[in-house]
Amino acid sequence: MSFPWAKHYEPKAPVMKWLDDRLPLPRLVYNAVGAGYPVPRNLNYFWNFGVLAGAALVIQIVTGIVLAMHYSTDANTAFDSVEAIMRDVNAGWFLRYAHANGASMFFIVVYTHICRGLYYGSYKAPREMVWLLGVVIFLLMMATAFMGYVLPWGQMSFWGAQVITGFFSAIPVVGETIRVWLLGGYAPDAAALNRFFSLHYLLPFVIAGVIILHIWALHIPGSSNPAGVEVKGEQDTVPFHPYYTAKDGIGLGVFLLVFALFLFFAPNMLGHPDNYIPANPLSTPAHIVPEWYFLPFYAILKSFTVDFILPAKLWGVLAMFGSILLLFFLPWLDTSPARTANHRPRYRMFLIILLVDVLILGYVGGAEASKTNVLIGQITTAYYFLHFLVILPIVSATERPKPVANSITEAVLKGKGGTAPAKSAIEGSPNPMPAE
Amino acid sequence: MASAENTVPPGESPRVHEDTIADPRRRDYLAIGAVAWAGVGAGVIALPLINSMSPSADVLALSTTEVDVSAIQPGQAIKASFRKQPLFVRNLTPDEINQANAVDVASLRDPQSLKDRTKAGKTNWLVTLGVCTHLGCVPLGAGEGENKGPFGGYFCPCHGSAYDTAGRIRSGPAPKNLAVPEYVFSNDTTIVVG
Amino acid sequence: MTRIIAPLIGLGFAFVLVLGLFGTITTASEPATAEHEFHLAPKPLELASNGVFGKFDKQQLQRGFQVYKEVCSACHSIHRVAFRDLADLGYNEGQVKAIAQQWTTEQPSTNPETGEPATRKNLPSDKFPKVYANDTAARAANNNAIPPDLSLMTKARPNGAAYVHSLLTGYGESPAEVQKEFPKFTTPDGLYFNRYFPTLNLAMPPPLASDGQVTYADGTKSTVDQMAKDVTAFLVWTAEPKLEARHTAGLASVIFLLIFIGLTIGAYKSVWRNVKH
Repeated sequence: MSFPWAKHYEPKAPVMKWLDDRLPLPRLVYNAVGAGYPVPRNLNYFWNFGVLAGAALVIQIVTGIVLAMHYSTDANTAFDSVEAIMRDVNAGWFLRYAHANGASMFFIVVYTHICRGLYYGSYKAPREMVWLLGVVIFLLMMATAFMGYVLPWGQMSFWGAQVITGFFSAIPVVGETIRVWLLGGYAPDAAALNRFFSLHYLLPFVIAGVIILHIWALHIPGSSNPAGVEVKGEQDTVPFHPYYTAKDGIGLGVFLLVFALFLFFAPNMLGHPDNYIPANPLSTPAHIVPEWYFLPFYAILKSFTVDFILPAKLWGVLAMFGSILLLFFLPWLDTSPARTANHRPRYRMFLIILLVDVLILGYVGGAEASKTNVLIGQITTAYYFLHFLVILPIVSATERPKPVANSITEAVLKGKGGTAPAKSAIEGSPNPMPAE
Repeated sequence: MASAENTVPPGESPRVHEDTIADPRRRDYLAIGAVAWAGVGAGVIALPLINSMSPSADVLALSTTEVDVSAIQPGQAIKASFRKQPLFVRNLTPDEINQANAVDVASLRDPQSLKDRTKAGKTNWLVTLGVCTHLGCVPLGAGEGENKGPFGGYFCPCHGSAYDTAGRIRSGPAPKNLAVPEYVFSNDTTIVVG
Repeated sequence: MTRIIAPLIGLGFAFVLVLGLFGTITTASEPATAEHEFHLAPKPLELASNGVFGKFDKQQLQRGFQVYKEVCSACHSIHRVAFRDLADLGYNEGQVKAIAQQWTTEQPSTNPETGEPATRKNLPSDKFPKVYANDTAARAANNNAIPPDLSLMTKARPNGAAYVHSLLTGYGESPAEVQKEFPKFTTPDGLYFNRYFPTLNLAMPPPLASDGQVTYADGTKSTVDQMAKDVTAFLVWTAEPKLEARHTAGLASVIFLLIFIGLTIGAYKSVWRNVKH
């Protein structure tokens, strides 16, 4: 542990001592999410979302394992088996709706987690590795979610598989070969369904592994915090347990409440009616869209409409993958000495524009391809790339950030909850000292 | 850059968590209550997860089977299927009935008379599950020409359990007689099992 | 390196998008179509199963089942529903057995002597049989249109319940404005004009043609609208038979979680009471 004042595990029960001497698992847990992990005292509720993402993954794995006991991985019976789960399996409707809506909840939580990282500069040194591993988790989640959506073998499942594997056919020369290899055929069928199920079952455990690395990397420098200043001493931190376990408990309750409202009262709201029609390889639905959490990326894909050196299709695919891959370079694109957007008003403005931009992209991704929508999509896609690749490097190099509080404790005592820097720090001297 | 000590304002303890712990925990019961309540929730959620592994409604709906026994001659048996398990229906010859009745019931490992194991007035119809009570293999003896074992009933090839003409365990490791499922004769030639 | 290459990539993508933008501006807009201009969103529909506390009206479901049986089942199957499921509608075991026995379409089976394909009477454990052996047979019998299975219909269309009700009651002559604005629009022979259908022309003839088509046992007056509502309610049940259990469980969960949130807020305040943050 990096902080010298971190508490050390002292087993109370003899059995724990016996275990700890032989396999220091209790110590590991204690240091990871127990009292042995000192955490900045000023974290706000946005810092709940890491734990919530973990909870969402656990929900998905548990419901998924039970669902897999009833699911049939066969193109002829997959849809029927899902309907049998909904009708005949004891509490099957609950499991299936929990798993389907759980995926949406997972993405809501992870998107909030990412936005928190963007706003408070959690990707900046010394936490680059935490961020990089986070982007890896995000990519794995997207792959897992896509393959899971194929499994019910409804119309959207089928045509989603067709379209998404179609991305790879944009690669010059070998693209079509790769697509056929991915599907194990010329169109999605038994072979594709089986391998998607296999990978859909595997990847969540890979995600769990990368999450362990993500948390490990986090524990080296410790958690970031909304004041934008590193921990300076023991007075800046509280032990994770019981302080943040209590706070995460509230977050967990609210998360589960929102989850329950979807699961029990609007279970199909985030899905698509066409997926209640069995897959039909001979008829494409009038309006195919991916799940809501992919819509912004789908809009980026659709926005490239002209051939310029490369074919439009390849531009779209490159841009779509690029829009995620560029996140890997974020720690080096942002050179500002200040950490949080609170201290960088101009950057904050662009960041808020980005958030609105992505929401519009999400709308365009789901809307029909009318002329206006395509225009909006092209403008918002351009902003997305310009924001990360042009605006951010320039603004971060030129904007002079507001002075940052000297320490977390100072920010807590002067500012409100640490989300805003101390007033005197904004207007006053560059290095305000508390009256001694 | 201010040192860590300098940033501690007066009246603020450097070890914020220490004085919390030193404080008497007047409202600890809330934390305990929250954890206990969460435990209850986890338990309630576990129930449907576990229960989902019980037989589903479509499996339960298949739990009665009709068997037409009109074509079974005395001395013959058929294998039917009941809840995805083999079901033996055997038409006993008078000789086989006598053999079964000649046995001293008290001497058996699982004491039952043939009368206990058949319907009144239909003692020639022996209906049993074809599942050896040892470890679940299908005994031989129902099919034409199969080994009926030393007692003329059924013989399990897996571990050598031998059943007599009333389907009772006579030798070998099996603890119980072949199970007789619940059934009724809906007419003289049809039985409904389950 | 990153700081040199990144802006170039960003500007590259933006440049291609600007090219696309000009392309988009110069393309002509899609011409308006009759489908786009005259297609109607479904009329709102009030059902007992709507809302957070929604429960099925079993009398209505039985009436809806009767409409399905006497009208729809000639062409449409509800293959994902089993006869035993009808117990949910309030039928007892004997009634379910009788309904299964008397169902006109029989279950496919094999002749025990010859092994030839045959049919047998339905049992409560059977699913409702398919009306046509396969899609080809369905097309052949229905002027090249396949009557879809209705089990999931109210979940397989946007705003499905309202859609089914509106569609069943939405037949009529195409209004004069359609012809005026879109002279090329016609309703071909064998198709029927219906403003609630996405393409306006539907292969299904009006199934509920006149009041009193079905005689209800409970004395409810069988107007076309009533029959449409009842069969819609029935199809909501076939698509989501566990709706009531879901609502009950949901209510219990919400109450449980509100208490949990209350307890955690208390615990949080207690734990943090001496720490400024």
